Amino acid sequence: MVTEHIGLSEISGSLVILDNVEDAFYEEMAELHLDGGAVRSGRVVMIEGKRAVVQVFEGTKDMSVSNTSTVLKGKPMEISLSPEIIGRVFDGLGRPKDGLGEVFPVCKRNINGSAINPVSRVYPKNYIRTGISSIDALATLIRGQKLPIFSGSGMKHNELAVQIVKQADVSDGEDFAIVFAAMGVKNDVADYFRRSFEQAGVMNRVTMFLNLSNDPIIERIITPKCALTAAEYLAFECNMNILVILTDMTSYCEALREFSSSKGEIPGRKGYPGYLYSDLASLYERAGIVKGSKGSVTQIPILTMPNDDITHPIPDLTGFITEGQIVLDRSLENTGIYPPVSILMSLSRLMKDGIGKGFTRDDHKALSDQLFASYALVQDARSLASVIGEDELSDNDKLLLQFGREFETRFLKQGESENRTIEETLDLGWELLSMLPRESLDRVSDDILDKHYKAVVD
Amino acid sequence: MSQINHIYGINGPVVTVKGKTDLKMMEMVYVGEHSLVGEVIRITDELTTIQVYEDTAGLRPGEKIVSTSYPMSVTLGPGLLGNIYDGIQKPLTMIAENSGVFLTRGVDTPSIDENKEWETVVLIKAGDTVSPGQIIAECPETPIIKHKSLVPPDCSGEVIKAAANGKYKVGDCIAEIKTGDGSIRKLSLAQKWPIRTPRPAGARLPISKPLITGQRVIDTMFPIAMGGAAAIPGGFGTGKTVTQHQLAKFADADIIVYVGCGERGNEMTQALNEFSELTDPSTGRPLLERTILIANTSNMPVAAREASIYTGITLAEYYRDMGYNTALMADSTSRWAEALREISGRLEEMPADEGYPAYLPSRLSEFYERAGYFEALSGKKGSITLIGAVSPQGADFSEPVTQNTKRFTRCFWALDKSLAYARHYPAINWNDSYSEYIAELSDWYRDNIARDFIQCRNEIASILAEETKLMEIVKLIGSEILPDDQKLTLEIARVIRIGFLQQNAMHETDTYTPVYKHYKMMQAILHLNMKAKEALARQIPVSRIFSTGMFDKVIKMKYEIPNDKPDMIDDYIKEIDAVYENLI
Repeated sequence: MVTEHIGLSEISGSLVILDNVEDAFYEEMAELHLDGGAVRSGRVVMIEGKRAVVQVFEGTKDMSVSNTSTVLKGKPMEISLSPEIIGRVFDGLGRPKDGLGEVFPVCKRNINGSAINPVSRVYPKNYIRTGISSIDALATLIRGQKLPIFSGSGMKHNELAVQIVKQADVSDGEDFAIVFAAMGVKNDVADYFRRSFEQAGVMNRVTMFLNLSNDPIIERIITPKCALTAAEYLAFECNMNILVILTDMTSYCEALREFSSSKGEIPGRKGYPGYLYSDLASLYERAGIVKGSKGSVTQIPILTMPNDDITHPIPDLTGFITEGQIVLDRSLENTGIYPPVSILMSLSRLMKDGIGKGFTRDDHKALSDQLFASYALVQDARSLASVIGEDELSDNDKLLLQFGREFETRFLKQGESENRTIEETLDLGWELLSMLPRESLDRVSDDILDKHYKAVVD
Repeated sequence: MSQINHIYGINGPVVTVKGKTDLKMMEMVYVGEHSLVGEVIRITDELTTIQVYEDTAGLRPGEKIVSTSYPMSVTLGPGLLGNIYDGIQKPLTMIAENSGVFLTRGVDTPSIDENKEWETVVLIKAGDTVSPGQIIAECPETPIIKHKSLVPPDCSGEVIKAAANGKYKVGDCIAEIKTGDGSIRKLSLAQKWPIRTPRPAGARLPISKPLITGQRVIDTMFPIAMGGAAAIPGGFGTGKTVTQHQLAKFADADIIVYVGCGERGNEMTQALNEFSELTDPSTGRPLLERTILIANTSNMPVAAREASIYTGITLAEYYRDMGYNTALMADSTSRWAEALREISGRLEEMPADEGYPAYLPSRLSEFYERAGYFEALSGKKGSITLIGAVSPQGADFSEPVTQNTKRFTRCFWALDKSLAYARHYPAINWNDSYSEYIAELSDWYRDNIARDFIQCRNEIASILAEETKLMEIVKLIGSEILPDDQKLTLEIARVIRIGFLQQNAMHETDTYTPVYKHYKMMQAILHLNMKAKEALARQIPVSRIFSTGMFDKVIKMKYEIPNDKPDMIDDYIKEIDAVYENLI
């Protein structure tokens, strides 16, 4: 039974209030018909007796209390799914945008999903080679992981994401596809991604959900949920390995803040709602591998840190949920290093079980530990050099500075299409460490040093 | 029969009932068609507010609310150990078997297996008088833990019927008690207890023993007492979870309750896998046989996250009452505080610091005060040690959760971002951390490890403090121009930092080291320091002292010396003597 409610009793921001509603349920979908034929969609976000508050995704522009009638759809927000969605482009609400017609649904899924039972998860162990030394050696990406890129506006995070997509090696013959969700990104950025996917010949494996910067902001809150619902379907029901790229999470959080304040909620830090952590977690936790399925959902959310501040609530809360982070550094970028990965701040929590013998190479763990430790010493030497001048440094510190420079220009820096094998990356690491005196490599056992340390003879 | 209530409003995890009701504060209710678990949190003339522990999508006004007339409770009985629960004690393994990989709502699954039979020895007979907390029956819950069924704390009287020894299910009646008011109470192996009420215990006993964790920076530098409370604050990536996992694996408590409160799903899976595979060094049995896991991951309902901490501590108290030493690890209490904030916001309460409710400090103190070393009602001695991780926003320790936690814990292990960036793990900063238990525990170390243990520890601490002071200078002018004795201090401090404080959780030998080995390692380091100083006093240049290779050899002893042969370090001490004898 579908009832049509004529008129509204209140409009505020993106919210409208209906009175005398019988039988609405929480999170029910609504369709709002404007005089003149325009149709918008919305969702019940609060109920109080016979009053229902509906959030309108496309915004309330042109609506009045008398020109709108509302139909409650009797179902939660769902999207139509089938294996055919690969290669298609959708808008932020999961409606086709490429002119190829509706998706014939094999099934419909509630976009809110359900939490994966921790007992049913499979602990991710299979690494993904990205061909990027700084990531492969020092913050290894694991299938089923959520590893965000913390960037700043104007930095090369999009290039890095594209390079990861192009080079990501899941060449063990299993199905691989990409779900790309854009939230509030500029048209040319979305185009850049599309073009790059085409050039890499992967466009027929990409499903895109686009909410561009001029699209309604409330729609933006739904976009990642649609994308992740599609990803979960492809991964867990169609047994595919799915890489989800979510960009830009900062726009998403800002949309959430706007929505929260229009509901009149008590703000938390910097005006973001108190439930920002739970809300972000409900997205990020939709990565992983489950028992009984061959597929996996790997997430690379990209966020731009406002004012490059890593303690801002968005990167801060993200870091608490995700399994590590790849942090880009503006000063590295300015010295011409691409990808400008700040390795000391970057981390992959899952790498410890996904590297070493049987995965990458047995010396990987020792190498990465030592590179981190030695590079940390480089930073100390640099800050000292900035005070007393490089000439006054001890020989050891001078050597460290030299190591630091070589490390950045040879190990971190690589071309946008340079695809290094894991052997190349690890050997390069040892070559660089061999610049330093053997005794100073305190994180490595002697037998590994015997095998890999090659002293540089002057 | 109580009146039937109906949903009036829904906002996130909060539903309201209009008008006067007979619902009681903190009463547990079942909400809606799917019987979602909820709890009454506010009552006014016009509205009763209920917080729902499961996802509220799909609820309609007018759906039924069924009252249970008892507060949010957990079931306590044999079968808890080795299980993994969500925040309101729903058994996740059973749910996975019944309804697949995704969590579904409102599944009513008993918390402990009701069909399993336990080989029970009944310890009472008809005619006995029993008092609250008395042990009435025993059964082997796992091969290493004997479960003791207790008289509920609110029950006492004369036994009028007692079952014979044999196999019983948790629901079977094993005794009938005639209580003071003449009513008959049937007791089984299991009982219920409300999670927000501490289980009563007898007197608090003075703290005297450390909880040994095998982690050098903890056991030696900042020890925690059995029955104590500790906080581990740290920003993301500083290793809170790894530290908590290490403690859960190696702490020498009898029972471990590990609460994953609003944390990552994959980490809980990892914990579950590891605890099933790893064995307890003292018994050789899987760690899971002494562990209860509570997993309320960050995407599970927020209200259950708030409850998970209380569920965990109630389970811990139950085993304490049997006379076990239990330890509870909560990762992370900040998520719990945020859940409080979120619910408080939905109730439109007046916020205090950073949006947290004004009652945050009192809730925290209530929680941490449930730790302690007690004489249980049964007369046995048991303890609860609480270790709470704190995730301060932006790694800023001045935020309300860290600050308030600091007030109620006596042990503070501050995790440091810059140490973590340099991959110094555990990244516990020795300047900011403290343990107030050292004075109370020094007798134990003296009697059980070595006479001069605390003295060694203090010497190590003072070298580190000296280093911190010197580093201020080094940062400005470099280490080259320091006098030789200060260079030596820096070098010894490096040995302490890398060779002693750093501990590799992934390394077979290094992941756990017995306290006696800590002592021997300190001895070697201090001996090296002494000998090097002697050499220095005899005008040997510091570069020659360093070039003996002994410093690096001592650094690597954590890997080279097997844990069961710590006395091999004496050979190192002899070698140091010989090397420096030669030098002089």
